Amino acid sequence: MNKTANLPPKPVWKCGKCGGELKHGTVKITYLGNDLRVEELKCLNCGLVLITEELALGKMFEVEQSLEDK
Amino acid sequence: MVTHRANIYKEVGAAMDQVELRRLESKCSQENPPACTAGCPIHVDVRKLMLAIQNQDWKSAASILQQKQPFPGIISRICDHPCEDVCKRKDVGATVAISNLERFCLENYAPKIANVGAVPPKSQTVAVVGSGLRGLTTAYDLARKGYIVTLFEKSDRLGGNLWKHPEQQLPAQVITNELSVLNRPNVTIERNAGITRQDLSQLKERFDALYIGFAAQSEDALELLGENSTVDPISCTTPIAGVFAGGRFGNNSPINAVADGRRGAVSIDRYLQGASLTASRHGEGAFESKLFVNVNKIPSLPAVPMSHESGGYTGEEAVREAGRCLNCQCLECVKACKYLESYGGYPKKYLREIYNNESIVMGTRHANKMINSCTQCGLCAEVCPNDLDMGQVCLASRESMVRRGKMPPSAHDFALRDMAFSNSEQFALTRHQPGFDSSKYVFFPGCQLSGSSPEHVEKVYAYLTEQLVGGVGLMLRCCGAPAHWGGDQGQFQTSFEEMVVEWENLGKPQLIVACSTCHSMFREKLPGVVSLWELIKDMDLPIQGDGANYGKVAVQDPCTTRYEQGIHEAVRHILLRLGCEIEELPYSKELTKCCGFGGLTAFANPRLAQQIVENRIKESTVDYVAYCAMCRDRFAAHGKRTLHLLDLIFADDLQNAATRPDSGFSQRHEHRARLKRTLLHKFWQTPQEKERGYRTIKIICNEEISKLMEERLIFIEDVQQVIEHAEGTGSKFINPDNGNYLAYFRPARVTYWVEYQPQEDGFVVLNAYSHRMEIVEEVKP
Ligand code: SF4
Ligand code: SF4
Ligand code: SF4
Ligand SMILES: [Zn+2]
Repeated sequence: MNKTANLPPKPVWKCGKCGGELKHGTVKITYLGNDLRVEELKCLNCGLVLITEELALGKMFEVEQSLEDK
Repeated sequence: MVTHRANIYKEVGAAMDQVELRRLESKCSQENPPACTAGCPIHVDVRKLMLAIQNQDWKSAASILQQKQPFPGIISRICDHPCEDVCKRKDVGATVAISNLERFCLENYAPKIANVGAVPPKSQTVAVVGSGLRGLTTAYDLARKGYIVTLFEKSDRLGGNLWKHPEQQLPAQVITNELSVLNRPNVTIERNAGITRQDLSQLKERFDALYIGFAAQSEDALELLGENSTVDPISCTTPIAGVFAGGRFGNNSPINAVADGRRGAVSIDRYLQGASLTASRHGEGAFESKLFVNVNKIPSLPAVPMSHESGGYTGEEAVREAGRCLNCQCLECVKACKYLESYGGYPKKYLREIYNNESIVMGTRHANKMINSCTQCGLCAEVCPNDLDMGQVCLASRESMVRRGKMPPSAHDFALRDMAFSNSEQFALTRHQPGFDSSKYVFFPGCQLSGSSPEHVEKVYAYLTEQLVGGVGLMLRCCGAPAHWGGDQGQFQTSFEEMVVEWENLGKPQLIVACSTCHSMFREKLPGVVSLWELIKDMDLPIQGDGANYGKVAVQDPCTTRYEQGIHEAVRHILLRLGCEIEELPYSKELTKCCGFGGLTAFANPRLAQQIVENRIKESTVDYVAYCAMCRDRFAAHGKRTLHLLDLIFADDLQNAATRPDSGFSQRHEHRARLKRTLLHKFWQTPQEKERGYRTIKIICNEEISKLMEERLIFIEDVQQVIEHAEGTGSKFINPDNGNYLAYFRPARVTYWVEYQPQEDGFVVLNAYSHRMEIVEEVKP
């Protein structure tokens, strides 16, 4: 089996502050008083977090909607 | 139809409680039965039956009849059909031949004798005396409920008066067949068993209840009951406990005799179950339905004649005759309103959903969206026979959601930000006319006209200062409608109070408003508010270019002018003076339709708002004239040639004006800010202020990106702030392959992301998106 098949593609973005690669790391996000911890791409050096368009308009939007109904 | 506006405005006070729900629900007549069913003493579902006949679904037709008729083959042949007297088709042709159609169904497609008896048997016993329609019906109904019934008939055959009908109308075979439904284990039939008054007390001993199946006060009844023959017409009780009898006089109406027997059965059942004999019995027997049916626009259709008068309808004739049924419904509001139509129901259903949404801790997305999708235009109340105003219901519900902290923040945030912009330094301005230190008038153009056609605001202001004596002040700001529509009474109040302070500082001049939404926000709160149109209708008009003789136009009255007859007339008067020929849209004046912007529908439910516009612009092929900037822009955005009334007076190129595209949100901000600077410069000789801070960042985006930003509700100034922040702090991502940057910034409640590329003195925007979640990760310096 091809072991790389399920790995996310290498991110195209690099940190603009330090030029470093982005890695998956824990990120704290919050909405309407609800704190969530998620695994997102970020620069482990500078702390800069990347939210892609796909994520913002997809999964994240869904979570926002469900939190709004609470 | 609504005659007093005051009525509908107090329709809904606070959020809905049970009592309020009931009150509002009772206004919606849609769930009431059609006239025919209500007029039928046993409530046959005629409307459904007519549909079944049209579909030639004879099995369903028979089962619809069986559901209510104890002996369908008999009743369909002899019914005196009071339903037909009240059928709504009567006013547009002739009453539907309901009875003949029922007969057709059963003559040609006789159903199997219903094998009903699945209920668990009961131990209680009932004696029924007499086997005319009353006794037969009572016996049948009680047997179906599982009671042990004994039927006493003095002759040697069941049926009583039924045998008096001519064989041709009611064949003996049919009677025998139909009555065989009583051949069941819990029914005993005693033929040749005449009952005398003496026998009665004995029967009382043997049975738990008795039914005397004779008409009230008939000879038979008097003979049996003697001094006890007074019968209550509602409960069929006699003075003797446990003895019931026909409560209706006479035998002239077979169907009423059946209903009388049914009433007796209901009473006996209740009596034996220990339930109240009198509670809620208003639904029994014929009554007048409250269902409203508008037959105004329905073409008249004569009855379908029978080719063989005595033989009844042929199949083809029956289908045609049933096709004349109006399938009576109210749905007046649903037919008029795309919003009500789009949720697939009608107000009575919606009210319940809104009520439930309020009474549970957590609203549902479906209900929230429904409540936020109404344009609050009031058309429903205008067309509803009982003035039910769903707009006011939705508004009250939004207010309650905001109060309880249950309004989804995403619903109206954008519109409220737009309002905040208009009430900020960027646009807000209050001044006396240059050279004056008091104002007799103050011109209030409103944020949307200023955002859409700033040049008109400038010209109108100049015009008013020339025409009017006593000083015309100017007030630039938003009227607060977005907060009002969004149910945010707090923000509305704050905005309104700010505005009142400014107005008082000017010395409370008469307010001249160019936008009908502003008008609707102020008319009940500030004295003397006048629309620009009423004010100028007889003044000299500075017609420019080819304004005169534009030709035929159709008028779009904004929904906020629904009951402003004065404005409707003024606008038409001006159009005639301009030499236009006026076409009235099918929905105009008090019946006018919203453009989809009202109530902030365009934000809560963009797809519906689009359908609303598309539907509205289809009403006529001639060019529209609107006198609300939002109506104008929304119609134009959907390809309808639409002029603003001010275009006809002030624009030099009307062809251009009619097709000018929608300004878009960012451009409206831009226009307002620039309008303020221009006016200050032109009228008050204030040195032209330059834009400052991030507003000076030059943004370059192609049409596709501009459109995307509009759809995603992202302003140019949001993009400017992201870039300012990214370039100032270096917090951005870079794509080494193409050198694009990606960065985010969160000015308030929304995080904006922009992908961009520096170019000469500006930045090219390549993508933009947003989310409401906040990233709380700390970025190291
Ligand atoms: S117009 Fe609408 S709300 Fe009024 S009775 Fe008819 S269906 Fe109900
Ligand atoms: S038109 Fe049809 S639904 Fe209406 S009253 Fe007549 S039979 Fe009934
Ligand atoms: S959009 Fe207008 S007609 Fe439709 S429910 Fe709302 S207020 Fe009534
Ligand atoms: Zn970094």
